[in-house]
Amino acid sequence: MSVDEKAVRRAARLARLAVPEDRLAPLAAELSGILAWVEQLNELDTQNVEPMTSVRPMRLYRRADVVTDGFYAEDIVKNAPRSEDNFFVVPKVVE
Amino acid sequence: MSDLMKMTLAEAREGLRARRFSSAELAAASAAEIAKARPLNAFIVETPEIAAAMAAASDARLARGEGGALEGIPLGIKDLFCTKGIQTTAGSHILEGFKPVYESTVTQKLWDAGAVMMGKLNLDEFAMGSSNETSYFGPAVNPWRRGNDDAKLVPGGSSGGSAAAVAAELCFGATGTDTGGSIRQPAAVTCIAGIKPTYGRCSRWGIVAFASSLDQAGPMARTVKDCAILLREMAGFDPKDSTSVDLAVPDFEAACNAGVKGLRIGVPKEYRIDGVPAEIDALWEQGIAWLKEAGAEIVEVSLPHTKYALPAYYIVAPAEASSNLARYDGVKYGLRVENDDLTRMYEQTRAAGFGREVQRRILIGTYVLSAGYYDAYYLKAQKVRTLIAGDFKAAFEKCDALLTPASPSPAFGIGEKTNDPISMYLNDVYTVTVNLAGLPGIAVPAGISKDGLPLGLQLIGRAFDEETLFSAGSVLEKAAGFTGKPGRWWA
Amino acid sequence: MSESKMRGKLIEGVTGSWEVVIGLEVHAQVLSNAKLFSGASAAYGGAPNSHVSLVDAGMPGMLPVINEYCVEQAVRTGLGLNAQINKVSVFDRKNYFYPDLPQGYQISQFKQPIVGEGVVVVDLPGGESVEVGIERLHLEQDAGKSLHDQDPNATFVDLNRSGVALMEIVSRPDMRSSEEAAAYLKKLRAIVRYLGTCDGNMDEGSMRADVNVSVRRPGAALGTRCEIKNVNSMRFVAQAIEYEARRQIDVLEGGGSIHQETRLFDNKAGVTRPMRSKEEAHDYRYFPDPDLLPLEFDDAFIARIKATLPELPDAKKARFVSEYGLSPYDAGVLVAEREIAAYFEAAAKGRDAKAVANWVTGDLFAALNRDGKPIGESPVSADALGEMVGLIGDGTISGRIAKDVFVIMYETGERPAKIVEERGLRQVTDTGAISAAVDEVIASNPAKVEELAKKPKLIGWFVGEVMKKTQGKANPQAVNEALKAKLGHLLGE
Repeated sequence: MSVDEKAVRRAARLARLAVPEDRLAPLAAELSGILAWVEQLNELDTQNVEPMTSVRPMRLYRRADVVTDGFYAEDIVKNAPRSEDNFFVVPKVVE
Repeated sequence: MSDLMKMTLAEAREGLRARRFSSAELAAASAAEIAKARPLNAFIVETPEIAAAMAAASDARLARGEGGALEGIPLGIKDLFCTKGIQTTAGSHILEGFKPVYESTVTQKLWDAGAVMMGKLNLDEFAMGSSNETSYFGPAVNPWRRGNDDAKLVPGGSSGGSAAAVAAELCFGATGTDTGGSIRQPAAVTCIAGIKPTYGRCSRWGIVAFASSLDQAGPMARTVKDCAILLREMAGFDPKDSTSVDLAVPDFEAACNAGVKGLRIGVPKEYRIDGVPAEIDALWEQGIAWLKEAGAEIVEVSLPHTKYALPAYYIVAPAEASSNLARYDGVKYGLRVENDDLTRMYEQTRAAGFGREVQRRILIGTYVLSAGYYDAYYLKAQKVRTLIAGDFKAAFEKCDALLTPASPSPAFGIGEKTNDPISMYLNDVYTVTVNLAGLPGIAVPAGISKDGLPLGLQLIGRAFDEETLFSAGSVLEKAAGFTGKPGRWWA
Repeated sequence: MSESKMRGKLIEGVTGSWEVVIGLEVHAQVLSNAKLFSGASAAYGGAPNSHVSLVDAGMPGMLPVINEYCVEQAVRTGLGLNAQINKVSVFDRKNYFYPDLPQGYQISQFKQPIVGEGVVVVDLPGGESVEVGIERLHLEQDAGKSLHDQDPNATFVDLNRSGVALMEIVSRPDMRSSEEAAAYLKKLRAIVRYLGTCDGNMDEGSMRADVNVSVRRPGAALGTRCEIKNVNSMRFVAQAIEYEARRQIDVLEGGGSIHQETRLFDNKAGVTRPMRSKEEAHDYRYFPDPDLLPLEFDDAFIARIKATLPELPDAKKARFVSEYGLSPYDAGVLVAEREIAAYFEAAAKGRDAKAVANWVTGDLFAALNRDGKPIGESPVSADALGEMVGLIGDGTISGRIAKDVFVIMYETGERPAKIVEERGLRQVTDTGAISAAVDEVIASNPAKVEELAKKPKLIGWFVGEVMKKTQGKANPQAVNEALKAKLGHLLGE
């Protein structure tokens, strides 16, 4: 699979990474190289293989429906670059 | 240098219990060594004051005849573990200044056992790397050099700071994390021991996530036994981690003395890789001989899907990382590049906050998960994992553990491999299969390269059978009789 | 639902008639104490970021652990929707960036939901009913809340909702009018409220709907749909559909075409408009959340939940028809809310159930609606209403007096027997007293008596006069009989 600049731009947009125009081509080349390399997996027939989910079969652990956490809003916003009255503050969003 | 820091962790533990020295003395000696060793750039944050306070508390407990299994022992913590009130960066600019209000389960268990915190150790950014060169805080440096050549070498990665600190005797042990070899490969190239336990053995809660289905914490220390002592305290079921396993934690230390008599050690033929230096193969042969001499039976086994492990890894790990790293968006913590437009704020924050390798992996991960590609890449890779796990399962019907090299080369020079991602990725060729299958693997110092650099061997075990690794690892360690230490060029 | 069968109403355009096709994605908040994957409170409200754990805030290294009760609630709801329960389901990450999505992904279920296909029978106002197919129900996390009106240049983010458990219930595009969509939503709300899995409170957002609307020529293939996000009342659902269907018809008839998009309903203006934040094509990059294992349970788990299911609206309605002899319409009205059905049954116990049904759906509903009170706050208890119907039944009071008694009961909360006694409202059945009153009326109205022979209908006037004389307390039956006995000869009897 060869990745072109358009695909890099699209992935960068999805990943919210500002990529300068002059980096698109080198990144496309790098990504193409890596993807060409991983494509050797296509040599394997995995039609009847289940994807791996856990090392040993185990039951998903469940918590009880009890309130055991929260009520520390100051701690939640403590590291925020911008906060006000315990809200996180971000640039204006238009819906 | 104070001789105190030359001890193994086990020796320090005995000395503290016998009150031959205090924890305060150990912590002070450790802090002094750390300060002297700044050229190694092993620590991102040093915490001598916290260490002094913890050591004083340990001394008080020891004086009362109390104390946990690690009471008074100075340790370093990979900066991927969240530590309450202490900057936790994952080696990234994007988390610079972040002080968690919580403590990771693994580090909390260490403190509960009495260990003393010396600081936060350097690492590849978000643990993505095999040389510690992707750290925003600059590369950590291997204490080892090629003979008289003063070129700076990498300490391996991603737990490069942990490896450098332990190898340079700055602390008695360190935490590491291992997603594709990040404990074992640096351990091997710095002449220390390190174990990646079975996936689920240690809680991941509070460890900055790289690739959730592969990440596992483990100890790094100067001896196999020291690793065993540390792992016993780090491991255990955690109801806060749905992937942690509810199994009793065995006495790993006791397993170190069990020997290998009657054990069947498998040698996977697919691990003989073209282009790997002859000295790596020679060391492997030597390891086989040592285990044989100690009474193990050697059997040749086949792990036919080995060559697909790295490609599968370089789909799964970036895919999961691309999602795990989405939370670093300038809203809740860490770096924000201000902009009136929300999307630009996101894009500029993340472009400025993440380094090149991290961005590369986020892009790959985003690409392979995007519409139309999921089945071809991520699902395919997860299926290949099943095949790789199946290889091991079949092999373990014929043997009890596998012996392989730990790293395809000794430590290389800083900057030597940074231009070609795939050649860098190949450093994990021996280790990554273990992560994909979720199995435990230990790296043990075993020899010296022609340039005078350490080389390691790896043992791979059945799921949740770390004990066999400690038994066989101890035998290798003893047989190697390794006493060499790096010259203290930094002091 | 057969596509060929025409239902619902057609909308007339300039170029002919159009059929509107509607599907609903309803987000119902699971009634639980704690969130889906954390121990923080799921309660509505709270100071900003107070119902937030480290997990809900997407702190580095935090991991989800599932709330077992939320799983039970989803299964319970699935059973209530007559749906397939999937013993293995998988949580996926839905990746996108938004300030109220702290992890950068929402944990949801994409390929393998916990509940599969089901069906809901929807009662329409005309008394007919239609089936609406359920495609799936899955569990997912709610997002936080973005507040846009606190500051002209900034958005404030509160994560109290972040991580609260939601059930997304996706219907088939089986509805053909805004009335059907509203009725479906109403029925769904009734079911989850019966089950106790969601409080159905649309004002607080614990139930909200995304509405998929498309139009087509009757019998033609499905048209391109638009999704209207987060419509939060039954009325708005109907309004949004009406507006959107008309908008699409106008576009198509104007020679334009509909492109698939996400729109927002502006309930003040009564219009839908494109959502700016959703303009760009999305690619959610779903993949199984590696922090969680597949969710698995066995038949015993399902059976245990099944054993606790209450009687649901459809079954209750059928029983009300067969057991109490109610009309399907009255039964439908009474079972719409579990509390109303319970009220009715308590009042009807040992009484004339049809009469009780009439009182509940008549005078009681009228009074409660007037005061905006739910049945739980009715000043007339079920027991008291039953007692009143009993008093009518045993002849203690007349139906006419009962109307007055009911008003007094509603105002004072007093028991009907007490009211009747204290205010002397007991019906006069004493034939002597009635006979005397009849005699009096006959004696004082000779002209009317004469007229009666020509105009037999005038007997009603006599009844009224006698009732007046007895302050309405006379048993009308007895009055009739007495009048007939005395004046029957004039009526040709």
